[in-house]
Amino acid sequence: MSGVALILGATSDIARACAHRYGAEGYTLQLAGRDPEALEADAQDLRLRHRVKVSTHRFDVLETAGFAPFVDALPALPDTVICAVGFMGTQGTSEKDPQAAALVMRSNYEGPALILGLLADRMALRGHGVLIGISSVAGDRGRASNYVYGSAKAGFTAFLSGLRNRFHGTDLHVITVKPGFVATRMTEGMDLNPRLTALPEQVAEAIWQAEKHRRDVIYVKPVWRLVMQIITALPEILFKRTRL
Amino acid sequence: MQLSGWGRYPRTEGRLSTPRTEVELAALLTGGAITPRGMGRAYGDPAIGAHAVSTRHLDRMLAFDAATGQLVAEAGVTLGAIIKAFLPLGWFPSVTPGTQFVSLGGAIAADVHGKNHHAEGSFGAFVDWIDLMGPEGQVSRCSRTENADLFHWTLGGMGLSGFILRAAIRLKRVESGWIRQTTLAAPHLEAALEAFEATYSATYSMAWIDCAATGARMGRSIVMNGEHARLADLPPAKRAQPFAARGHLSPRVPFDFPGFVLNPWTIRAFNELYYLMGKRGAGPSLTGWEPFFYPLDAIRDWNRIYGRRGFIQFQCVVPLETKAEGLRAILDAITRSGAGSFLAVLKRFGPQESALSFPMEGYTLALDFPVTHRSLDLMPDLDRITADFGGRFYLAKDSRISAETLRRTDPRWQAFVEMRRETGLAQAFTSAQASRLGL
Ligand SMILES: Cc1cc2nc3c(=O)[nH]c(=O)nc-3n(C[C@H](O)[C@H](O)[C@H](O)COP(=O)(O)OP(=O)(O)OC[C@H]3O[C@@H](n4cnc5c(N)ncnc54)[C@H](O)[C@@H]3O)c2cc1C
Ligand SMILES: NC(=O)c1ccc[n+]([C@@H]2O[C@H](COP(=O)([O-])OP(=O)(O)OC[C@H]3O[C@@H](n4cnc5c(N)ncnc54)[C@H](OP(=O)(O)O)[C@@H]3O)[C@@H](O)[C@H]2O)c1
Repeated sequence: MSGVALILGATSDIARACAHRYGAEGYTLQLAGRDPEALEADAQDLRLRHRVKVSTHRFDVLETAGFAPFVDALPALPDTVICAVGFMGTQGTSEKDPQAAALVMRSNYEGPALILGLLADRMALRGHGVLIGISSVAGDRGRASNYVYGSAKAGFTAFLSGLRNRFHGTDLHVITVKPGFVATRMTEGMDLNPRLTALPEQVAEAIWQAEKHRRDVIYVKPVWRLVMQIITALPEILFKRTRL
Repeated sequence: MQLSGWGRYPRTEGRLSTPRTEVELAALLTGGAITPRGMGRAYGDPAIGAHAVSTRHLDRMLAFDAATGQLVAEAGVTLGAIIKAFLPLGWFPSVTPGTQFVSLGGAIAADVHGKNHHAEGSFGAFVDWIDLMGPEGQVSRCSRTENADLFHWTLGGMGLSGFILRAAIRLKRVESGWIRQTTLAAPHLEAALEAFEATYSATYSMAWIDCAATGARMGRSIVMNGEHARLADLPPAKRAQPFAARGHLSPRVPFDFPGFVLNPWTIRAFNELYYLMGKRGAGPSLTGWEPFFYPLDAIRDWNRIYGRRGFIQFQCVVPLETKAEGLRAILDAITRSGAGSFLAVLKRFGPQESALSFPMEGYTLALDFPVTHRSLDLMPDLDRITADFGGRFYLAKDSRISAETLRRTDPRWQAFVEMRRETGLAQAFTSAQASRLGL
């Protein structure tokens, strides 16, 4: 049985890969992003490759007042929603400029949490749904090099965990994705260790498998679970001296 | 980073950009000459340079007209993706090279040929138009009626006429994913050539040729012909799902083979075995599209069996009039040198008039050699023989011919070089190959 998948932040590389993965399963796709015209080519590509229905929608994660009308205007309440919206910013700028930091916080926490919260309520009314939030290992512990982004992701992770807890025992399922490094537009030009870096297609496959097997929290490359266990287990007195 | 072609020889240090939009691509053009790059399946150095720009993220299918079979797609779309999307609807690429992992841009830029060249022509024959980005980032639609010169120079122009953004190509109707294959063992070169001429009306034909055989067996070949199977050709079980003819992609070659694995002895043993198996399997059979068109795709990353030093391809075409002597002279030189070729393919080309494309009426021979002193020493001999017999070389496979050899064998490039100089294309688009050949 294929349903309807809503993809928020559909221009992201990870989101595009997810759209193809769900399209291959026959899902009807709703692509949402700030620039719906830019999504038209992707929509057409998905239609041709997978012979599925695809619609495009304008969605800005900063316009929280527009969330309810956005959901109302969707052609159908989705069965699965994947939120890939995120904005890393630059740590240095975020440290100096509160406006810049606020943008990172709102783009990674406030907006994504509120839209998933709203969708969760609608799905609960209907009786079923899968909510998938792409958070980050950066939220597992704040580090000097990116704690503004990290703290926003930490908030998002906590929110997803709360949602999951709240809807446990119902037919609403919440999945937290911590992809580790992924080779995307966001990380282009960064010097990433290839062993720790996944491809967007691998993230999409892991997400599809997580939905199929009703997993709660996933890391894409298994090694990340171990890495983060070590990092979170370090006592603060040691951790504060590290430069990770 | 290190860039190379499929043969992993030569390698150069270069930058690789992967733009996501036309605007990003145009911005890259302001930073000096670039080398367009698709899937990197060209063997030598045409898709490498100081700044390669990949179509990896420019890979969307944009429109399909089921009445005409016309597909509009961005340059990074692969033939494999096209087959995956359209074979289930009864469409197949009109022309395909021996691997499905090539991009639309690469197929146009090399004007690739398939097993049906003699019957249906090269890839370019099925291209309706091309959107090409020029030196200043301007985009022009090129077709047989609009910017016709640029259109013809782009077919086979090896990425040197501009950056292909998207194109419209025509797919062909098929009733199934199966091929009716006929296999024939030809005990020597004359028999192989006779078989090609006798089966000229077949849609697909090619031969695997044993380059290690000498004497009376020189040029012995397994000649394969094929036709797309119609529904009526299929047994009932297959008829229910005519497009479900697929094999599996088997595992990747996990590491570089040490150099000694491919030596003259193993090459001879492989060739012996292949010929005997082909002979045993002679006659008609029903083959899936994958093993028929893409036998090598079954082993991902098979280029690694040649080890770290990589390998070179030699592919030439000799004209119809001199085919037998020409091919014999080449095979002779190879066996005398002792540098065996593991994979050797012989194919009949039909007539083709084009600005820069490789095919012309005659026979094309494609050979793989591990990079060793022995094979590198042999290459100039093969170049000379090809030139003496009026043949020419396939730049998509080339990594080492000299500018002088190209000038001698293919004077068509001269006008293109002048045009490039006059229009600013020379400053905007280049490649390691273009520098070597003075293009
Ligand atoms: C196993 C195997 C079998 C093959 N069999 C055949 C065969 O049977 N017949 C045949 O003809 N060829 C064959 N080839 C060669 C292959 O088809 C060509 O080299 C083809 O050009 C590769 O496409 P690509 O996308 O990998 O391009 P690349 O190798 O990346 O580039 C090839 C050329 O195309 C140019 N190019 C790529 N994209 C663009 C673009 N968007 N705009 C402008 N220029 C561009 C590059 O600059 C370069 O000059 C084979 C190759 C392999 C590995
Ligand atoms: N790449 C990694 O290593 C990595 C690691 C861990 C987690 N992640 C997370 O994975 C998700 C996807 O990221 P990516 O790597 O694929 O990078 P990306 O391509 O930069 O994706 C970010 C997406 O967020 C969208 N976005 C940003 N601000 C928005 C706004 N105000 N309203 C609506 N959409 C907005 C962007 O849309 P526009 O196209 O309009 O800008 C884009 O689609 C993000 O949540 C990211 O934090 C990535």
